[in-house]
Amino acid sequence: MAEFSWSSGLIGGILIGLSATLLLLANGRIAGISGIFNGAIFNLSGDAQWRWLFIGGLLIGTLIYEYGLATKPTPQGALAPISMIIGGLIVGFGTRMGNGCTSGHGVCGLGRLSQRSLAAVITFLATAFITVYIVRHVLMF
Amino acid sequence: MQKVIAILSGIIFGLGLSISQMIDRQRVLGFLDAAGAWDPTLMFVLGGAVGITVITFRFILPRAKPLFAPKFYLPTKFNIDRDLILGSALFGVGWGISGYCPGPAIASLALGSTNALIFMGALIIGSYVAGKVPAPSLPKPIDSTSAKPSTASSS
Repeated sequence: MAEFSWSSGLIGGILIGLSATLLLLANGRIAGISGIFNGAIFNLSGDAQWRWLFIGGLLIGTLIYEYGLATKPTPQGALAPISMIIGGLIVGFGTRMGNGCTSGHGVCGLGRLSQRSLAAVITFLATAFITVYIVRHVLMF
Repeated sequence: MQKVIAILSGIIFGLGLSISQMIDRQRVLGFLDAAGAWDPTLMFVLGGAVGITVITFRFILPRAKPLFAPKFYLPTKFNIDRDLILGSALFGVGWGISGYCPGPAIASLALGSTNALIFMGALIIGSYVAGKVPAPSLPKPIDSTSAKPSTASSS
């Protein structure tokens, strides 16, 4: 793992905040990825188009970084299909049930000073820390 | 214009996720592993992002409407209920197991990550199942697009 860089973390975070700002100011939409994705893939509210455009932009932005700005390739890590299947199922179920993920409740919900989102963020951070502790230090994966 | 904005904000979001290395799930797991070699990067990412939105949203939300849309599409739920807490708790568990939350997983698809591909396939199934769970425990699909865009008027 590369060494910690607070500046790239902060710059990236500011960009994410500016993206959420632009989407809300111009289109009146919340930049919550799980909601945008669910609305796109299941066409839940008949407004899938802008959602697919946002997701397309997300992919383009990542490609611009990886092939234009990055000094070295982003590590892909070892293939971990079991963790991905279990994790993906639970994340998909949980974010739909809880109406949001790190971006919707975290970046946007906290920005709106939403108590619901604050409760969500505290909850998912707590269970994530506990889960990683159990997986890495109790089960020793 | 709204289409251009959607793409543009997606691009900026993708740049943010990748510059901050949140698309490297080992880095995310490094943050979540408080008992290991703790990597504080995610704290700066979330702090930077919320630091911006807390300020800008204060000026945006009082507006009568957005620049190019007829209204703001904001979450319509305000109470802290069982679904919010249980759903968020489950999300955290899945995040801890995989190191992926939805944004970085989608972004990693652009890098041809097999892990992200498997994760997103499973995520779609999990979300589909959550949408099928009967009413008392889950909102109807039309509401569960998110704590996100309110869909009331557009549907």
